[in-house]
Amino acid sequence: MLRVESLSKTFGKGSTNEKLALNEINLSLQEGEFVTIIGGNGAGKSTLLNCISGVYEIDEGRIILDSKDVTSDPEYKRSRHIGRVFQDPLKGTAHDMTIEENLAIAFAKGKPVGLQSGVTKKDTTLFKERLELLDLGLENRIRQKVGLLSGGQRQALTLLMATIIKPRLLLLDEHTAALDPTIARKVLSLTRKLVSEEKLCTLMITHNMKASLEYGTRTIMMHGGKIMMDLQGEEREDMTVDRLIEQFEKRSGAELDNDRMLLS
Amino acid sequence: MSVLVLLGSIELGIIYAIMALGVFVSFRTLNMPDLSVDGSFVLGAAVSAVMSLNGHPFLGLGIAFIAGCGAGSITALLHTKLKIQPLLAGILTMLALYSLNLKVMSGRANIPLINKATVFKPFEGIILGGYDYSKLLFSLAVLTLLLLLLLLFLKTRLGFVLRATGDNDQMVRALGVNTDLVILVGLALSNGLVAVAGALIAQSQSFVDVGMGIGMVVIGLASVIIGEVVFGVSSLLRRLIAVILGSILYRLIIAFALDIGMPPTDLKLVSAVIVALAMSMPILKKRFL
Repeated sequence: MLRVESLSKTFGKGSTNEKLALNEINLSLQEGEFVTIIGGNGAGKSTLLNCISGVYEIDEGRIILDSKDVTSDPEYKRSRHIGRVFQDPLKGTAHDMTIEENLAIAFAKGKPVGLQSGVTKKDTTLFKERLELLDLGLENRIRQKVGLLSGGQRQALTLLMATIIKPRLLLLDEHTAALDPTIARKVLSLTRKLVSEEKLCTLMITHNMKASLEYGTRTIMMHGGKIMMDLQGEEREDMTVDRLIEQFEKRSGAELDNDRMLLS
Repeated sequence: MSVLVLLGSIELGIIYAIMALGVFVSFRTLNMPDLSVDGSFVLGAAVSAVMSLNGHPFLGLGIAFIAGCGAGSITALLHTKLKIQPLLAGILTMLALYSLNLKVMSGRANIPLINKATVFKPFEGIILGGYDYSKLLFSLAVLTLLLLLLLLFLKTRLGFVLRATGDNDQMVRALGVNTDLVILVGLALSNGLVAVAGALIAQSQSFVDVGMGIGMVVIGLASVIIGEVVFGVSSLLRRLIAVILGSILYRLIIAFALDIGMPPTDLKLVSAVIVALAMSMPILKKRFL
């Protein structure tokens, strides 16, 4: 489904700030797999997602999506098969446009963009049905500007937009990190619902150790631009948060100094 | 202020409103201040003058639009393909257009169109109270048509994507659309409208001067901002109408400034001050109110 082959990425090559962000990453995802990614700051989690989605050009390696080499495809082309939700709730929606208009752009993914009517009555009916799934009452506010929504509502909407045309791959980059805990839980359970209903192949970065084991079918841990641990099956089911932290410290040779990771 | 001056200002405001709509497309929907406007305005005027000299004033408006689209596309390509900052890309196009406009005008710095065929000629003679309404009415008709077409366009799928690109280009790319292409369409459309305004001004004053475009982008911005402040931004239609009313209001302010005895050479200074004041409104409000 997704294959990342010896992917390397260095920022600021040749400068004094040179940083090897990804070091020969190999990763292979099966159909319908829901992978959670954990790791400290600067581990390369976001960089990995940004390389897969084409935001960054990679230095070495290949990215294969659906047995097609997309390494040299620009971001917008890859996006036709990839759904994305970012950490910053402002990034996923156009704030000066209405909920309906935002959904219409998402719904047009992969279709020709020309002088067709931007949104039809049929579309509106469908959007309302989908919005009802969120259980946030947004179906009654479809003509309101997205700028009026809260961060959590915007993330839920972005999630809906990322999946309204079923993507081959869903990339979630700490999409609940900027939300308050109650809303974060809601968005997470919505994520689980959408992913399992549509059997979406998903990569989700989280800073929450507990969530990394609770959600998904597989957990990988990154450190220093490498994948340190790849948990699946029984080994993952038997894993606890405490042992995960212990393993992390042992394998990375570093103390977990990230309070955010431990406390949440 | 006499009625004739008032009507004259409204007439100018209507023609310049077409330019202001163009500036609205780049400045507000694409969120990109595009300085090529100063050049594409004259380009439209020059093309239209040459077409008038050859006896095709109406066709001239269409060709002016296409020429303006071309100019806007160059700015877009400089920005998207060669990664030149939008402001600088616009300045480069504007500078290049100065030479190009002189070429269109066969090397002359100005072209008079006295007694030549203009788009207003066929309608002349709608006189009431000593004022010939032909220019005002024809310009209003062109403006209304363009307003409707622009409104319809902004409600198409491409129009949605255009507005979203100015709002959040990252999101548009994440949803599978090539934002480079969207910027190209937006800047082409914007400069096309500006060129049509230049063409109508040339036809209206029966004169083209290669320097007539100086400060046009500022006038366009002033119209957009005055319109937003005075008439509101609630819906898309309202925003577009606000831009038009802003353009007319701007002309009335200028007429008033002249009326109280300000020398015409100071007008660009006045324009610059108006825009600076309007743009700093949020900060000024916070500080002094």
